[in-house]
Amino acid sequence: MAVASAPLRILIGKVGLDGHDRGVKLIARALRDAGMEVVYTGLHQTPEQVVNTAIQENVDAIGLSILSGAHKTLFRRVLELLNEQDAEDIALFGGGIIPDEDVAALTADGVKALFRPGAPVQEIVTFVKGLKPHG
Amino acid sequence: MSPIGSHMFMCDIRDLMTLAEQVRAGNVRAVSRLISLLENHPGAREVLRFLNNTSRRTTVIGVTGYPGAGKSTVVDRLVSLYRRRGLKVGVLAVDISSPLTGGALLGDRIRMQEHALDHDVYVRSMATRGHHGGLAPATGDAALVLEAAGYEVILIETIGVGQNEVDIVDLAHIVVAVVAPGLGDEVQAMKAGLLEVAHIVVVNKGDLPDADNTLRDLREWCPNVLRTVATTGEGIPELAAAMTRYQQSCGVGHVGEARNR
Amino acid sequence: MQERKPRFTSLSGFDTNLVYTHDDLKDWSPDEELGAPGQFPYTRGVYPTMYRGRLWTMRQFAGFGSAEDTNRRFKYLLQHGQNGLSVAFDMPTLMGIDADSLLAHGEIGRCGVAISSLDDMERLFEDIPLDQVTTSMTINGPAAVIFAMYLAVAEKRGIRLERLNGTLQNDILKEYIAQKEWLFPPEPSLRLITDTIAYCSEHVPKWHPVSISGYHIREAGSTAIQELAFTLYNGLTYVEAAVKAGLPVDRFAPQLSFFFNAHNDFFEEIAKFRAARRLWAREMTRRYRPGDPRSVQLRCHAQTAGCSLTAQQPMNNVVRTTIQALAAVLGGAQSLHTNSMDETLALPTEDAVKLALRTQQIIAQESEVTNSVDPLGGSYYVETLTNRLEEAAQDYFHRLDDMGGMIRAIERGFPQREILDASQRYLRESERKERIIVGVNEYVEPVERPIPIFKIGQDVEQEQVARLSDLRKCRDSFKMAGTVEALQEAASCGENVMPYLIDAVKAKATLGEICMALKEVLGTYREPVVL
Repeated sequence: MAVASAPLRILIGKVGLDGHDRGVKLIARALRDAGMEVVYTGLHQTPEQVVNTAIQENVDAIGLSILSGAHKTLFRRVLELLNEQDAEDIALFGGGIIPDEDVAALTADGVKALFRPGAPVQEIVTFVKGLKPHG
Repeated sequence: MSPIGSHMFMCDIRDLMTLAEQVRAGNVRAVSRLISLLENHPGAREVLRFLNNTSRRTTVIGVTGYPGAGKSTVVDRLVSLYRRRGLKVGVLAVDISSPLTGGALLGDRIRMQEHALDHDVYVRSMATRGHHGGLAPATGDAALVLEAAGYEVILIETIGVGQNEVDIVDLAHIVVAVVAPGLGDEVQAMKAGLLEVAHIVVVNKGDLPDADNTLRDLREWCPNVLRTVATTGEGIPELAAAMTRYQQSCGVGHVGEARNR
Repeated sequence: MQERKPRFTSLSGFDTNLVYTHDDLKDWSPDEELGAPGQFPYTRGVYPTMYRGRLWTMRQFAGFGSAEDTNRRFKYLLQHGQNGLSVAFDMPTLMGIDADSLLAHGEIGRCGVAISSLDDMERLFEDIPLDQVTTSMTINGPAAVIFAMYLAVAEKRGIRLERLNGTLQNDILKEYIAQKEWLFPPEPSLRLITDTIAYCSEHVPKWHPVSISGYHIREAGSTAIQELAFTLYNGLTYVEAAVKAGLPVDRFAPQLSFFFNAHNDFFEEIAKFRAARRLWAREMTRRYRPGDPRSVQLRCHAQTAGCSLTAQQPMNNVVRTTIQALAAVLGGAQSLHTNSMDETLALPTEDAVKLALRTQQIIAQESEVTNSVDPLGGSYYVETLTNRLEEAAQDYFHRLDDMGGMIRAIERGFPQREILDASQRYLRESERKERIIVGVNEYVEPVERPIPIFKIGQDVEQEQVARLSDLRKCRDSFKMAGTVEALQEAASCGENVMPYLIDAVKAKATLGEICMALKEVLGTYREPVVL
C-alpha cells in the first residue's frame, strides 16, 4: 500500500560472532545516501533478534554480513524464522566470505543475493533499489 | 500528501478497520504496518478514531539531549526497569533524514537490542523525513497506535540537535533532557532551549571527571537535576523515581491529552 | 608533457611529487634520523646485520576445524620449511564462548580451531616440541586464559616455562578500535594484560606477552598513518599501565612486539616500518629513559593485507601478496605471514598456503634483497615519506593526549570514526576509478574460472560439543568450582590472575566457564555507536 515516494526501509546488521563491521557500515551509509531508511542493529545479532527487529521496524529487506564462515547456519535460520512469522515478503540478502557452492545453495533456499568482499557498493545499492516494497 | 495515496487509502477503509482491530488486540505485525501506513499516508490518520484510545492510560516520556550524551543508553536502561515492573514498553527513536537524499541511518536501537526478544517491548526507529521540531511527522500517531496496542509506557527519543525540539513538549507527559559532562558550549546552548522545557535534567556519564562541575552549573538552572551512569545503570532507579514524583504532582492522562493541551 | 592524472597521492592521501631531490631533505641529518643498523633510533633496523645474520621467521597463520585438524596442518607447514607456528582460533574461542553455547552454533571450527578446554589445547600441540618451536597465538579478549592453557600443557610435558618462546597477541585496545572482539571493559582488560606482562617477565622470560597490532586497524580501513599512530599509541598505553603497576620498564619492554599490515603502496609501506621503529625508539626514550637499549627497539611481525585481496580473479592475489611481502622485507620485519590467494573465498587450501609460503622463500633466497641492510635508506623519496609518516603520527599522538588517552578516545569513538571515514574515502576513490583495482573496477572478466576451495568437515561441531559434554561429566566438578571461585576472588581484589587461571584450566574449567566467571567480576562492555 506504500506510495512510490515512501523510502525503502532496510535492516542492516551483523549476525554471528565476528566483529568485522567496516563493510556493513559502509553499505549502511551507501544505502542511506541512496535515499533509504536504514535501521542498523550493530554487532552479534542472533537470527531471532534480526527477525523480530525486522518485523517491528516493518522493513522491506534485511541485509546481513557474516565473515566467520557461519553463513549457512545463520542465513538458513533467518529464512526459517521469517517463514514461521509469515514474513517471507521481507527480502533477505547478505555478504561475506562465501564459496560459490554455498552461494548457490543459499540462493536456492531463498536468499535473494549474496555479495563477496570487494563487490562494488554500487552493485549492492542497485540491487536493493530494485527490491519491491513489501506488503 | 499525494492524491493517489489518499485514493488508495479510501479504497481500503475496511482493511484499515481490521488493522485497527488487530492493533487493539496487541498484534505486533499490525502495529508495525499501521505505523508505516501513518508514516507514508497522512490520509490514513482517519484510522486513529477506530483505535479507541480513551480508555487507556499510557505514560509518554520524552528523552532529549545532544547526540553522544547517552540518550539511547538511558532509554535502554529505563526499558529494563519498567520491564522488571511488568509493564509493556514501547520505544519510538527518532533520527534525522538527510535533507539531500531523504535517506536516514537509524542507529538508536543498537543500544536496545537486548530487548529484541522480549515480546512486551516494541522498538521503532523513525526518520524525520523533512519535519522540523525534533520528531518525525508520524511520531505522535505512532504513540497513539502503541497506546491502543496496550503499551503502558512509551519512551520517545528525539533527534537531539538542540533548540527547536519543541514537538516533544506537546507529546510527552514528562520530558527528560540528557546532558554529558564536558560539553560546555552545548550545555550553554541548551539552557536557552531544551533545558527550559525539560522537567528533569540528567547528567549522564556521571563518572567522568567533569560531572561535578556540570551538575553544579545546572542546579542553578533547574530544580530537578540527577546524575546517572547509564552504561552501568547507576542512577536509573532514581531517575524513574523522580519521574514518578513529577507525574504524581501533575496527574496522568493518555497520549491524546498531553500536558500542554 | 601532460600527466595522466591531475594529482598523484599515496594510499594515505599524501600528495606525491614528480621527483624528490636533495631539497626535500634539507634539514635532514642522517646521523640523527637514521643511525647505523642496530643503533638508535633504529630507522634502519633493530639488528646490525639484519637478514645477513638471520632471515625473518616465516610464520603462516593457520587453524580450522578440530584441534586434530589444525595439528595436522601445523605439521604440514613445519615439514615444508616454515619455522614458527601461528594459531588461528575460531570465533567462539576468540569470544570466550564454549562450543556447546547456543551462540556458537554454526561457528565452530569455521575460521580457526575450536579450543574450549585444556584437553583441546593438548591435542592441538600433540607431538610438537613446545621448547623447540615458537608459537604465536592470535587471541585477545580471552588471551590470558588461552595462555594459561598453553603453559599448563608445557608443565604437563615437563617443559620448563623459561624455555617457551612465542607470542600472545593480547592487544585489547585495537579490539575496541577495530576488530571488536572484546570480553570486558577497557580498564579491567588492561589489568589482565598487565598481569600477563608481569607473569611473563618473572616466569616465561622469552615469551612476548603482547603483540601490539596495527594489522586489524588497517584491515578495518585505516590509512597507513592511522595504523602507525594508533598502534604505537596503544603500545605506549600498555607500557604506562605496566609501569604504573610497579614494573620497571626494562623488565618487560624488551619483550613487547608489534604486528603491522603490509599493504599495496610499496614505498609508503616501507616508510611506515622505518617510521615506526624511529618513533617508538624516540617516544620510549623521551617518556621512560630506559637503561636497556632493547626496551626502545621495535620488533615486528608483518602480514600482507587481507583487505587488498579480491574475490575476482583470485590468482591476481599472488602478485599483490608478493609486492606487499617485499615491502615488509625491505621495511625490516622480523617475521612474516603471506596471505593465500583464495582467502576472500574461504580458508586457504594446502596448495594455496604452500604457494604463499614459497613466495616468501623466493624473496628470501632468490631476489638477493636480503644482502644489504635497509637498501632504500637515503632515498630522497623514502626518507621524505618516513619523515611525513612520523610527523602525521605525532599529530595524532597530540590529539589523543588532549582527549585524555586512548581509552577516553575510544569511549568517544574517535579512532573508530577516523578509520571508518578513511575507509569511506578509499571506497569513493575506487568507485570513481581514481584508484584502480585490477579485476574489480578495470580489466574485469565477465566469466571467471573457479579455483579449488577448501572445505571444513561438517562433523566438527557435533564432535566438539560431544567432547565438551564428556569433559564436564568426567572432571572433578567440586575441585573445578573451587579454582574458579579463587580466580574470581583474585580478579576482584586485583591480584595477578595468571596462577589462578593455570589452576582453573588444569582443573578442567572450560574457556567459557572461566570467561563467564571473569565477566561477573570485571563486567562487560558496550561500544560507542559510530555510524
